[in-house]
Amino acid sequence: MFHHGVKSGVAIAIGYAPVALTFGLLAKSTGLSIVETTLMSMIVFAGAAQYISLNLISLGTGTFEIIVTTFILNIRHFLMSASLNEKAERDALWKKALYAFGITDETFSVAAMKEGTVSASYMFGLIFISYSSWVVNSAIGHVVGAYLPENVQLSLSVALYAMFVGLLVPAVKTERKALWLAVCSGAINCMLLLWLHVPKGWAIVIATIMSSMFIQWIVEKGKETTYAQ
Amino acid sequence: MRSDILFIILGMGIVTYIPRMLPLTVFHRIHLPPFWRGVLRNVPYATLGALIIPGMFLIQDDLWFGILGFVSAVFASWLGANVMIVVFVSVLVLTVYTFI
Repeated sequence: MFHHGVKSGVAIAIGYAPVALTFGLLAKSTGLSIVETTLMSMIVFAGAAQYISLNLISLGTGTFEIIVTTFILNIRHFLMSASLNEKAERDALWKKALYAFGITDETFSVAAMKEGTVSASYMFGLIFISYSSWVVNSAIGHVVGAYLPENVQLSLSVALYAMFVGLLVPAVKTERKALWLAVCSGAINCMLLLWLHVPKGWAIVIATIMSSMFIQWIVEKGKETTYAQ
Repeated sequence: MRSDILFIILGMGIVTYIPRMLPLTVFHRIHLPPFWRGVLRNVPYATLGALIIPGMFLIQDDLWFGILGFVSAVFASWLGANVMIVVFVSVLVLTVYTFI
């Protein structure tokens, strides 16, 4: 099962590489040492929060503000963890506590789209390869900087988004509900981000909850009417 | 290693880990009503929607960059390509696009 996890994590590992390399490079230009850079990737393991923290560090923002910003940005993992818990096998608590550390947008998406239940050993495999790529490439980025040609770097920035699409489309093909959930959530997210200027972390949480509840409400209402007839 | 940076890193690590860990370890014996179980089962698809839209279309100032990446990814996965191939096709198409 561990190797199944590793196999489904390869796409994440590849997608993380350019993001982590760039993080390493930016961390260097922000003035972080290679130890600090690698340690942040090892301990935090959250792309967006790490990028934003560099920005805040370079602006001289206080420790407390940086930590609060990180919390707000990563509160969405609470929702993902709760959702994953619904299909998680009954593994030892310490194992679940351990793999919980590796829940990111990407590892969650891959695990959630997997058929059947999710075991701790599968999660360990999935996270092992994703985490390794993240940490190692952060360090490499700090050392060598961006050696990739600029247009390749540019096009690699689409990799993780393409992976999300690649995970969603098969679900949409088999279940129309998946399409409505995604479109509805995307629309709410757009409105929150672009119009109401809600912070990104909260926008994803609110859009996901509203869409999930709204579509579920419609589904249950549909059932009631069928029973009534 | 500067201690202020170390505090930032540790603090960030803690506030990132807690939301990831609580539901999997504390909620595991709580039985939710069917409606909320349904909602949680919807979460993955809704999350993917919010991760893709609008982020994918805002990678570059050039809106076509995101649109082209999106269309090629949808096209490849609609034809049944696995996730790796989808990523490869999308990156390849955009590499060509940025060349011309």
